[in-house]
Amino acid sequence: MSVLADIISATIVFAVPLLLVAMGGMFSERSGIINIALEGIMIMGALMGCLMLRWLNNAVAAGQMAAQLGVLIATLFAGVCGIAFSVLLAFASINLKADQTIGGTALNMLAPALAIVLTWVVQGQGQTTILIPDWSRITPATFGLKEGSKFFGSPVVPQDAVTLKVQNDFLQNLFFKQTYLTTLLAVLLFAAGVILLYKTKFGLRLMACGEHPQAAASVGINVFKMRWAGVLISGFLGGVGGLAFTLAAGSGFQSSVAGYGFLALAVMIFGNWKPWSILGASIFFALFKVIGAYASSIPFMPQFKGLEGVSTYLYPMLPYIITMILLILTSKKSRAPKAEGIPYDKGMR
Amino acid sequence: MKKGMISVLASVISILIGLLFGLLLLLAVNSSQAFPKFGEMLTAGVSEMPKLAKVLYQAAPLIMTGLAVAFAFKTGLFNIGASGQYTVGAFCALFCAIVLRMPWWACLIAAFIAGAIWGFFPGLFKALFNVNEVITSIMFNWIGMMAVNLLCMNLKQGGKLVMLPIAWVPSPIKDRTADLSYANAEAIIPRAGLDKLFNSNYMNISIFLAIVVALILWVVLNRTTFGYELKACGFNKNASTYAGINAKRNIVLSMMISGAMAGLGGGLYYLAGTASYNIQKVLLPMGFNGISVALLAMSNPIGCIFSALFISYIQVGGESLQPVFAKEMIDIIIAVIIYLSAFALLTKTILSKFIRTDKSNVNDESKAAPATAAEPPKAVPEEAAPTDGPAKSEEKEDEEK
Repeated sequence: MSVLADIISATIVFAVPLLLVAMGGMFSERSGIINIALEGIMIMGALMGCLMLRWLNNAVAAGQMAAQLGVLIATLFAGVCGIAFSVLLAFASINLKADQTIGGTALNMLAPALAIVLTWVVQGQGQTTILIPDWSRITPATFGLKEGSKFFGSPVVPQDAVTLKVQNDFLQNLFFKQTYLTTLLAVLLFAAGVILLYKTKFGLRLMACGEHPQAAASVGINVFKMRWAGVLISGFLGGVGGLAFTLAAGSGFQSSVAGYGFLALAVMIFGNWKPWSILGASIFFALFKVIGAYASSIPFMPQFKGLEGVSTYLYPMLPYIITMILLILTSKKSRAPKAEGIPYDKGMR
Repeated sequence: MKKGMISVLASVISILIGLLFGLLLLLAVNSSQAFPKFGEMLTAGVSEMPKLAKVLYQAAPLIMTGLAVAFAFKTGLFNIGASGQYTVGAFCALFCAIVLRMPWWACLIAAFIAGAIWGFFPGLFKALFNVNEVITSIMFNWIGMMAVNLLCMNLKQGGKLVMLPIAWVPSPIKDRTADLSYANAEAIIPRAGLDKLFNSNYMNISIFLAIVVALILWVVLNRTTFGYELKACGFNKNASTYAGINAKRNIVLSMMISGAMAGLGGGLYYLAGTASYNIQKVLLPMGFNGISVALLAMSNPIGCIFSALFISYIQVGGESLQPVFAKEMIDIIIAVIIYLSAFALLTKTILSKFIRTDKSNVNDESKAAPATAAEPPKAVPEEAAPTDGPAKSEEKEDEEK
């Protein structure tokens, strides 16, 4: 049972960054800008969010007072830094009409290098890992539950924050093993994103700019503004998603988000540029990722005795192979925004 | 002034701005060390012969991955999977060398074929199912890297692990393949006395092989019907289909050629006998540096030679930044250069206006810019050939000749 709880909670915690970042990509591409820089944006968001957490921990000692408020501040800071980084993409691809893929690739190269350099500057030579303070996780203590008090009928078990010892209580494993504020924020952001895209004037206009910008312009929509908005929204979501990933990965920030930005792009394509499908796709991918990670403790998974590197290389291959197969199977239904990747030119009708 | 010259000038300006940015960053981090270290970085590559040998040694695989990306760009595809193709190529070269005991040239051919196979899949999926090749090749990067790791750790012959050093010498090392020096010295790319000349084991004939391949690729792209067809598909798939070109076949073929280049690069790097394949947890950066090489060269195969030499040069220089600065400073400089070259068209327009040599040329360029950008109303927009602009101006240049 506790393995099941582990799998569910791990799936949720890994689905969150995918969902957020894929939603970000969706906003950008729906406005007509291919955002291949999501990986870079995630790295910048994660870097800045972690630095903020570190600062809150060292300078303000936020851990003792208002831990979750600290996480909220760090998350918002990550989002704002994501926006700042995505300005580079927006400026190049919207105003200068540069090639969007090349601009995005450049930003993807820039982000990890910049992250390493900044980490060195902050932490000193050769210190490449930014540790995440223990208090950023939501635990029973967050809700004022003390050791020994009841949670859904069973006594609260003390949890070792560092080693995450396996506990035998299903519900507590499910809710408190790896829950972060970002999970709750992701739900809110997702709901807000759906409403923004489908139920507001802004969202409909944004989508029009990705389908036929000239037609949109002819009814008085400012295409440049809409595309800027699309890219900046994706910057915010990408930044928050980056921090969410680093929290989920748990081992601190090492100037990388392990290709999640690209995986999020695949999730977005598999989700057909629609929020609800993206939600389904991200949970699906996270599940496979987690099954890969937990394969050795799941009874019915083949263990491949005698092979080396099964848990480090064989099972982690799974999500990528599944992605490939699914992309092929669903390719017939795939429908990208028509004008994505094409710089907007007023003169062209 | 010729368009080709303007292209070169635009690249040079991007490089200068990138270097300036790097200098400013160094100043911001540690102002007292910035100038001496920056100077050291700029001159490290020619400071002594072994360093120069290292520049040339790293330039050879860089030329190949650069050619891989550039070739795909020319045909309207974005091969971000050079890293995976490079890794798979490297593995097959080492497998043929260590286990099958083949001579070096056969190992290189194996690397070439392996890279082509790894490029074949993204191409096939693009042609048949219209799956975006960027996503596919990223997935294949990871699949390739992990598969190679698994094979290196597990390949057995008669119950003995064959890829690891343990097959030849008693050694506890398990995360690295066997050294070619004792596994199969025949498979080391000949040094032809160059190692004595440069006083470094890094030096061999691989740089010349890479240059020859670049020249061949230039001829194929610019002087053959086959190359013309490939480029035509890149400009406008629908139009070329209408003209009787088999676009699907060409997509697959150009991804295969592109992959083969990257695979060959992997062979050139690991068959030098100085490096053995380390079991990786991250994708090898050589493939991604190939993107920088191709973009800086504006996808011109000949240009790739020079841009690979440049990037290899400042990377070797970057090592002299350590330990005061992180060597990733170099990656920042390269990224800035690529970012600037993304709007190369704009730079070129400004340049040609600034130089004002030929008025008709200037008008041409500024009119051509929006037209190229919005040219084909494509079904799949990602196809938008990243190098439409530069490629076009080269076409014109060829006509002028």
